Amino acid sequence: MPGDQPRAHESDQPLLVGGVSLRSRLLVGTGKYASFEQTREALEISGSECVTVAVRRVNLDAKAGPSLLDFIDRKRFHILPNTAGCFDAASAVRTAELARAILDTPLVKLEVLGDPRTLLPDPVGTLEATRELVAQGFQVLVYCSDDPRLCARLEQAGAASVMPAGSPIGSGQGILNPNALRIILELVRVPVIVDAGVGTASDVALAMELGAHGVLLNTAIAGAREPLRMAAAMRDACHAGRMAFLAGRIPRLLYANASSPLEGQIAADLGRAP
Amino acid sequence: MQQGVCITVNGTQRRVREQLMLADLLAELGLSVRGVAVERNRKLVRAQDLASTEVLEGDELELVTLVGGG
Repeated sequence: MPGDQPRAHESDQPLLVGGVSLRSRLLVGTGKYASFEQTREALEISGSECVTVAVRRVNLDAKAGPSLLDFIDRKRFHILPNTAGCFDAASAVRTAELARAILDTPLVKLEVLGDPRTLLPDPVGTLEATRELVAQGFQVLVYCSDDPRLCARLEQAGAASVMPAGSPIGSGQGILNPNALRIILELVRVPVIVDAGVGTASDVALAMELGAHGVLLNTAIAGAREPLRMAAAMRDACHAGRMAFLAGRIPRLLYANASSPLEGQIAADLGRAP
Repeated sequence: MQQGVCITVNGTQRRVREQLMLADLLAELGLSVRGVAVERNRKLVRAQDLASTEVLEGDELELVTLVGGG
């Protein structure tokens, strides 16, 4: 956990992605919270060091109030602007440029979506925009579908990270295709961050147990009945899943494998194995 | 004849005075340069150029900021 010195048996490497070093492998969004105060508290509790934000038109009718950026300590959090809501490569590239102008960061979470109902990524537009943004010097963390070959192509195009969806954005369906994720993890060398679809803590733990390098989520915390408690649950699940991955799970066996010695049992007439 | 220049800001038409620089426009709208990015006719205007870029007739401006998102 950030700040703590983990003991040897809990030691881990930081996640290196897009030129930044993250001690927490949980990346969290800042959308859908009840207030900026709640956002700040949830981010803090989650232990994350990287948070996403969106780019939107300034509301010219509203009186200028506090801004989200007033509630994110940039000494503590890396800010990862997204291109959410873009349905073509050109809009995503424009949005990324605007975000970079505000934040002075090369990081961008690229989203090029196919349609507003499914919010599924458009693979062709995503690849096109990745190439353009890489050429412009961005560190591109690419939200994409969980297609292993697409992830390989995105890596070839220079993506800093591929971020396959576990399931549709905000759906809470969890990791629908763990096998695809396993293949992606074998095919690509850049960090693989599971992005979207997380519903609860076990989804995060599963992704991390499979070897994902990180998990990005938003709605699962912000939409929970108690967002702050869920932020803590996600922090712990991410840590637990990562530790389990590093520790190495035992093989799945069809039959039992006794934990207690089979020798030295007292004599018995009943209960003897047939 | 009407005074000023007609522009579109975030999809809405506005009339502003002539010889207005983008930085002045932001100030008149109550926006700080920090936290806002400006696109003029689909091209990003760098922060250091806001004070020297004049708002011209027919300009389409996008003024954006950062909001919560995932």
